[in-house]
Amino acid sequence: QLLIDLLNFFTSIGGSGPLMFTWAQVKVLRKWGNERMWCAQEFLLCPSLTMQDLILPNGGTPAGTASPASSSSLLNRLQLDDDMDGETRDLFVTVDDPKKHVCTMETYITYRITTKSTRVEFDLPEYSVRRRYQDFDWLRNKLEESQPTHLIPPLPEKFVVKGVVDRFSEEFVETRRKALDKFLKRITDHPVLSFNEHFNVFLTAKDLNAHKKQGMALLTRVGESVKHVAGGYKLRSRPLEFAAIGEYLDTFALKLGTIDRIAQRIIKEEIEYLVELREYGPVYSTWSALEGELAEPLEGVSACIGNCSTALEELTDDMTEDFLPVLREYILYSDSMKSVLKKRDHVQAEYEAKLEAVALRKEERPKVPADVEKCQDRMECFNADLKADMERWQNNKRQDFRQLLMGMADKNIQYYEKAVLWFCTQGFFAFILLWISLVIWRSLEPPC
Amino acid sequence: MEQAAPDPERLLQPAPLEPLSHPDAGLESVVGEEAKGARDEGHGDGTMTESNFSLKKIEISVSEAEKRTGRNAMNMQETYTAYLIETRSVEHSDGQSVLTDSLWRRYSEFELLRNYLLVYYPHIVVPPLPEKRAEFVWHKLSADNMDPDFVERRRIGLENFLLRVASHPILCRDKIFYLFLTQEGNWKETVNETGFQLKADSRLKALNATFRVKNPDKRFIELKHYSDELQSVISHLLRVRARVADRLYGVYKVHGNYGRVFSEWSAIEKEMGDGLQSAGHHMDVYASSIDDILEDEEHYADQLKEYLFYAEALRAVCRKHELMQYDLEMAAQDLASKKQQCEELATGTVRTFSLKGMTTKLFGQETPEQREARIKMLEEQIKEGEQQLKSKNLEGREFVKNAWADIERFKEQKNHDLKEALISYAVMQISMCKKGIQVWTNAKECFSKM
Repeated sequence: QLLIDLLNFFTSIGGSGPLMFTWAQVKVLRKWGNERMWCAQEFLLCPSLTMQDLILPNGGTPAGTASPASSSSLLNRLQLDDDMDGETRDLFVTVDDPKKHVCTMETYITYRITTKSTRVEFDLPEYSVRRRYQDFDWLRNKLEESQPTHLIPPLPEKFVVKGVVDRFSEEFVETRRKALDKFLKRITDHPVLSFNEHFNVFLTAKDLNAHKKQGMALLTRVGESVKHVAGGYKLRSRPLEFAAIGEYLDTFALKLGTIDRIAQRIIKEEIEYLVELREYGPVYSTWSALEGELAEPLEGVSACIGNCSTALEELTDDMTEDFLPVLREYILYSDSMKSVLKKRDHVQAEYEAKLEAVALRKEERPKVPADVEKCQDRMECFNADLKADMERWQNNKRQDFRQLLMGMADKNIQYYEKAVLWFCTQGFFAFILLWISLVIWRSLEPPC
Repeated sequence: MEQAAPDPERLLQPAPLEPLSHPDAGLESVVGEEAKGARDEGHGDGTMTESNFSLKKIEISVSEAEKRTGRNAMNMQETYTAYLIETRSVEHSDGQSVLTDSLWRRYSEFELLRNYLLVYYPHIVVPPLPEKRAEFVWHKLSADNMDPDFVERRRIGLENFLLRVASHPILCRDKIFYLFLTQEGNWKETVNETGFQLKADSRLKALNATFRVKNPDKRFIELKHYSDELQSVISHLLRVRARVADRLYGVYKVHGNYGRVFSEWSAIEKEMGDGLQSAGHHMDVYASSIDDILEDEEHYADQLKEYLFYAEALRAVCRKHELMQYDLEMAAQDLASKKQQCEELATGTVRTFSLKGMTTKLFGQETPEQREARIKMLEEQIKEGEQQLKSKNLEGREFVKNAWADIERFKEQKNHDLKEALISYAVMQISMCKKGIQVWTNAKECFSKM
């Protein structure tokens, strides 16, 4: 029964990495002399045993719980699966393998873009190119120009204050890589944007710079761009749905901003807590040097606090790298959506203005002139595209935030699990604490 | 119930005392049955150690605290807190307790009692009182002596003090202690009548002895170092712990803000709304859970504080030893010099510089009769001195023996208590982690329903 209790105890902690035990714990277990504990000793000695191996048939870990190391990659894969929607996907894009390039003029990072596709638009089934941030920026601008009626996903922030953030640190580069990967995947999922020619070029061209120069010429030839007029137009009436979207985006961005500030504040407080913990633990060690009988338990407490500190540091790093950037991304997203809404308003205003002008000139009735018709078409296309994109965006947003917040909860759970495990596996405490914590566990179990 | 039986000396066993237990549980000092035939020998310096306890078993508790106003020595209005001390006797047969005494005392009276015990039992590590003023506070804790939380913790500390004294094999038999528990009025006068303040060693004398003593017992030197270092490490620990508590409080409380913003956000969402709203509720629960957690930790801090103050008591015993040893050394030195003087006078040689030698040179030799008189006087003084030295030596050795016995007892108690405290601290941490896991798991479930 004790063994089953033990296993249940470990199971209820949830899956998280290999257990680490030392000979001290084994000795303690041996002293118990209970036959069942010999079994416990067997599995406790196995260093590579993971939580998965310990799971009993009746107890299981939820599918969403992943080991800390691979949690982010797992989340990425999960997201891909979600977007499947039962359709067969024919385009896969990944961003990875960041590399630093040092030239005489500058230093910069490139990322490898791998494309796999069965679409006819692609000559080859597979492509692998290297791109830098500038290139992503170019792509986004091109998409905004050529698909003004659609919502273009945001890029991670362009400028970083050189003194404050290290542009070449592993954490910064990894955060950026994830954001760029997200960016391309969002485009890939879009039924219209994914077929955009610039996107194709971006994914396939060996020398993008040559294309960029060509593209400039293209722009002047086409020449029909939606110019953004600063104010000065009135709308008869904005369709309800777009008004609602506008209001929603305002509040949404506000709330996200608040959450961002709260999250930052929490991280700051946690870091200050960490600083104090780092001083706290060693004092117990100092004390244990003075004592005889008390030396072991004091050392035990010192070690536990040390490990809580390490676990806490991991938590704050994770939150800084995985949580905050996604929040900021969505704030940027809603900003860019607001500007698309404004453009839509402008198109509607143009149409209405033209219509009014026609109504004043009595000769043209009842035939509506061609350019007014074209305007109406433009407006209606814009409305349709925008509506479709909004729906898609709402859905993705829900999934993204679901994942993001579950991830945040997960990270906190893992922190506490690591802390508990360390208290329970410290030599002196192992036995007494295992026993006591089993009692606590049972008493704190939520009622079934 | 037996009353005033001939000499019903009750020998308290050093009971496994639970020092700072939960205030709601009625604390008892379980007192063992008297050991027949154990006699208490009166101490040489007239301490009141006759046992007047005629009860088989007593319980002591400091059950209430009350704010009072009164006039102090300078006839000014002051507010102070009084504590109710209740003593109960427990009949063996039916286990029921009967209230035998109940009286009110204030903190200064406890201090008086302790100072008395320090003077009359210098070889005992006298249990410490809880702190006079709140120290090692973090921002939420008030440093105000009138603050109800502080008063409550002090009440527990005072109860603990009384229980420690009552369970000490020697201290429990003291009459003044008994009167403290039973005689409300006039107790102060009774204590002062013992004249203990006069018997107390002056601080200056003690300091002098510490510097000048040549040959103190090595064990006491080690003990002194140990108590110094213990004091410094525990106060460091308490200071950092207070800062840690402060920071942890901040972390938990900021999470409460999530509750509000999630609720506001959920208002504009359709499918996500419910999940967000309920998750926000869990964040509120998380934020408010820190209050209980830190209250428990204060309890742990109080246990450490007691031993911080115990270190001072250890030092006091060491000081007494140094004083006695110094006294002994001075007496021996004095004796040696007198002997030498005597010898010089007898043989006529002046080996060392002396006033007599000077005056002899200046004013001429003294007569043989004068010399004889002086030699006789010195011989008498030497005899006296030798007696004194012998008794001082004996006293010193007795002291060392008794003190060391109590120190060993103290060490056992300390190891036991602190081990328990550390284990309960670890258990607290585990419980906190478990609660954290629970809250975040609930929140995660809410998020999954978004």
